[in-house]
Amino acid sequence: MAVRPADVSEVAAVGPERRWLAVVRDFARRRPLGAVGAAIVLLNVLVAVGADLLAPYDPLATDYAAMLARPSMAHWLGTDAFGRDVLARIIYGSRTAMLVGFSCAFLGATIGTVIGVASAYFGGKVDLILQRVMDIFLSFPLIILALAVVSILGTGVANVIMAITVPMIPRAGLVARSSALAIREMPYVDAARAAGYRHRRIILRHMLPNVMAPYLILLTAYLGQAILLEASLSFLGLGVSEPTPAWGLMLRGAAVQFAETAPWMAIFPGLAISLAVFAFNLFGDSLRDSLDPRLRTQ
Amino acid sequence: MCALKLVLIVALVTLAAAPAAAQDRPRHGGELVFVVPSSPPSYDAHREETFGTIHPIAPHYNTLLRTDPGDRTGSRVVGDLAESWSISRDGRTYTLKLRRGVKFHDGSEMTSRDVKASYDKIIFPPAGVASNRKGEYVVVEAVQAPDPYTVVFRLKWPQASFLNSLASPWNWIYKADILARDMRWYETHVMGTGPFLFVEHVKGSHWVGKRNPNYWDRGKPYLDGYRAIFMTDSAAQVAAIRGERAMIQFRGFSPAERDSLVQALGKRVTVQESPWNCLILVAINHEKKPFDDRRVRRALTLALDRYQGSAALSKIAIVKEVGGVQAPGTPFATPPQELEKLAGYWRDIGKSRAEARRLLKEAGIPDGFSFTYKNRGIPMPYEPVGVWLIDQWRQIGLNVRQEVVEPAAYYGQVLRPGNFEVAADFQCGYTVEPDLDLYKFQSKEISHSNYSRYTDRVLDELYEKQSRATDPEERRRLIREFERRLLDEEAHYLYTLQWHRIIPHSARVRGWTITPSHYLNQQLDTVWLAE
Amino acid sequence: MLRYIVKRLLLMIPTLLAVAVLVFFLMRVVPGDIVELRFAGESAFASKENLDKERVRLGLDRPVWQQFLSWMGGILRLDFGTSMWTGAPILEEIRLRFALSLQLAIMATLIAVLLAVPLGIVAAIKQDTCVDYAVRIFSIAGLATPSFWLGILFILTLLIVFRWLPPMLYTPFWVSPAQNLAQLIWPALAVGYRYSAVATRMTRSAMLEVLREDYIRTARAKGLWEKLILSRHALKNAMLPVLTVIALEFAFLMGGLVVTEQVFNLNGLGLLFVESVAHRDYTLTQALVLLVAFVFIFVNFLVDLAYAWIDPRIRFR
Repeated sequence: MAVRPADVSEVAAVGPERRWLAVVRDFARRRPLGAVGAAIVLLNVLVAVGADLLAPYDPLATDYAAMLARPSMAHWLGTDAFGRDVLARIIYGSRTAMLVGFSCAFLGATIGTVIGVASAYFGGKVDLILQRVMDIFLSFPLIILALAVVSILGTGVANVIMAITVPMIPRAGLVARSSALAIREMPYVDAARAAGYRHRRIILRHMLPNVMAPYLILLTAYLGQAILLEASLSFLGLGVSEPTPAWGLMLRGAAVQFAETAPWMAIFPGLAISLAVFAFNLFGDSLRDSLDPRLRTQ
Repeated sequence: MCALKLVLIVALVTLAAAPAAAQDRPRHGGELVFVVPSSPPSYDAHREETFGTIHPIAPHYNTLLRTDPGDRTGSRVVGDLAESWSISRDGRTYTLKLRRGVKFHDGSEMTSRDVKASYDKIIFPPAGVASNRKGEYVVVEAVQAPDPYTVVFRLKWPQASFLNSLASPWNWIYKADILARDMRWYETHVMGTGPFLFVEHVKGSHWVGKRNPNYWDRGKPYLDGYRAIFMTDSAAQVAAIRGERAMIQFRGFSPAERDSLVQALGKRVTVQESPWNCLILVAINHEKKPFDDRRVRRALTLALDRYQGSAALSKIAIVKEVGGVQAPGTPFATPPQELEKLAGYWRDIGKSRAEARRLLKEAGIPDGFSFTYKNRGIPMPYEPVGVWLIDQWRQIGLNVRQEVVEPAAYYGQVLRPGNFEVAADFQCGYTVEPDLDLYKFQSKEISHSNYSRYTDRVLDELYEKQSRATDPEERRRLIREFERRLLDEEAHYLYTLQWHRIIPHSARVRGWTITPSHYLNQQLDTVWLAE
Repeated sequence: MLRYIVKRLLLMIPTLLAVAVLVFFLMRVVPGDIVELRFAGESAFASKENLDKERVRLGLDRPVWQQFLSWMGGILRLDFGTSMWTGAPILEEIRLRFALSLQLAIMATLIAVLLAVPLGIVAAIKQDTCVDYAVRIFSIAGLATPSFWLGILFILTLLIVFRWLPPMLYTPFWVSPAQNLAQLIWPALAVGYRYSAVATRMTRSAMLEVLREDYIRTARAKGLWEKLILSRHALKNAMLPVLTVIALEFAFLMGGLVVTEQVFNLNGLGLLFVESVAHRDYTLTQALVLLVAFVFIFVNFLVDLAYAWIDPRIRFR
């Protein structure tokens, strides 16, 4: 059985202008968890975009008179070891998180899918070689890859994105390949090949649309993973540098030291990370249920 | 609430400091369990640079001289294997008398031959053997052993700090016969004269020593043995002390960690604190524009409110004292009234920052001028100090980005090749001694670790003069002059805050005194455990 | 089957070789150097002469291709050399840590499987009910919690609430099972939870797939459990991806638990890994990467064998 966008196809018949609205409404009705996830994701994106308007303070402004202040009316989520407003830093930190999350997920899933589809479509030697290359990258410990990228290129947002994306590619490739393999065996692809169509045409017309579902699912799954990985890298000191506001950075150093005496420094950024990752996964999971319950994203 | 807690802690600290040493009598027995936040690369302290080698292994050895284990300044030199010493009138010959009847752990007697072989290995290593500390002993012409219990050091010129150098905690006395056979034997084996015998080393996990029953200092050591546990994560270290699975960690904890231990353990914990002879310096690359301009460098130091920084940072990081080129409280430290005259140490920060802005304007630096501060990727205290610096510079209209570089690449890729504009540098010594502390600030042609990359003949000359000055007053004056040129007039380098060492430990641990260095006082012969 | 096994085993060699080449050159491209780090660094008296001596001693003065050939030569004789940092034989450095990491990985896997399989099956059977939602929230929460956070939370809870800290030193299981478990059960739980989240989701979707098979759909009215047992073959097939996930995670655990090992102070492979990279200890890092890659490839090989055994068609692809 081919990958069939089961639930979405049922509402696809509605007129084009109302179609999206209907899809959304239908999704919300059938997958309330997913809808909640999507709402949180949307909120996150809005916060990131509107950080300048929303943040109560300059995220870099220190205030030595208000160091480690507990949550109050002046500082809703308290201040950190430099008297910087935790809420402002979380709000600006969502920019880093969303930037890293979306870039990594998009790059990782796209490149991986292209490679996976090519590997499946061409088969034979190409497949074998691409598979070995992927094996090599897969078996290479993730932390070493990240470390290598960061050590060679230095820290900074762009390099962190690279460090997270590189290990994602082979993982996405594997998933895309197995979905593409299933399609490749379909009679109509065989027919197209027999009819002498160009590879490019077959891939674009027949294979790509059919791996769109797994692609979307990968994209949402990787969004959460990328945010978590960025936090872990920052926690290990391999991510973005101070004083840039970033969630993983906020959990590092002073937050651990003051875990008991000033817990708000660790709790709120931690919650921000968990909530964002949670929401992305919730949404992604439901999307998968809707689009393709058989898909094996990891 | 918070203030009350702080008062309580301060009270506890002062209370604890007093009775720790005196009164009750040492008691024999028990195993000291301590945490080491690093682990030994090799077992040979002559070639290593880390306390990870000293903390677990020093109890197996003795040095020629050492600092008094009860001296908080870590500067009073007493005998260890040497019983007494005399210095010739010209200050160029040091004659040391060794103790008799000192035995290595294999039962053989320790004599001047062993001392000479050990020091020769450090000062005159044979071809192919690297000795990192050779540079510290360029003054030594020869080491002689005229009879089995006498060692003589002949110097090329008198050096005020030489006695201190013989008390270096790195210069363990090894056995001559073994060195003659294999210069590298000590990298993987232990054979000393010290108070504890080697039992086992489990890589990455722990190190065990037991009491040397034939130790030359009768009645010592008090402990039956010790167990050093290697633990890199500081949260895990705190948990170990707090869960009372370990009694002490000899390097130091942060203020927050101290507070949480005091809060959790109350009377069961004793806190010792001391200025720490380590600090983060800021190297300013003279080869990069506009940092070749002394006005710009002076502006960088004038921007820093060190007094406020001290008050704020000492709550969250292991830095505290504001000082000049010598740690506060030590013989050659800068008196506060003189310190306040140096650029960046003025009491009036408004005036200081106005002057900084004026200098920048004069040097043609536009408002919002941007540069990169490269920082070493070690969280405590590089990270808070970095954030503080950047914030201070922001207040005179400079827009500074931070780039954190992994420690392994930091010296080789950033500092040594001069691949930076402004960057964190570090200095840390086993004893507070101008010769050791000021060496690096000489011109780049002399000092390999002059990362600001300048040539300043005046400084070189001052360095040499103070090193040979045998009269302390004369030396003090020269050091002040050196300091003024280095930190104020030329602002070649910036001094941030002195580190502050905090050791909260189990109240059962007695007979151990904090010093300004985590390299000193680790023989553990005087340490004992209360009931 | 035997031919298939031999073929797969042979295929492992070029992959491992490529990993070896990659790690060797990657380590040398990464800036930083062990001699500079260990002997120059903070020292004010470091001299170039000294550093050169140390380089000669470690063989770092030789041309890279020579270093590579002698390293490869050693590996062919199964001689991994000595650690550049400690000077001890690599095998000695790795042995103890390997035992700990292996045990932790096994324990975490057991916990994960025990949690994941029943939860995943129940969630699938009760799809889109409260039970399903609860399971999914529980498992996604596992994915969304940074492991360092969970670890610190565990330790703090034990310390503050129970005033007790797990033992700090590793005791092999056969020496003292109680001591051993008292130390390792906590990290195993922290890791196992996250791991179970991945496996639960996979089990659920695999089960959904089985449940959507037509013959089960039609038989839904009758006792579902009997039907499931009847369709053992379908179940077996569906469980393959679950197995894949478990295997991949297992391989990851053997060297990827950096933060967990740090927080719980475990002397395992993950920390050794990070330390060896931080020290630029080339020989040790290379050996560790090869070891982890081997575990990964070998576990994958076992999974493929399982696939081939269940679905013989795969063998002929």
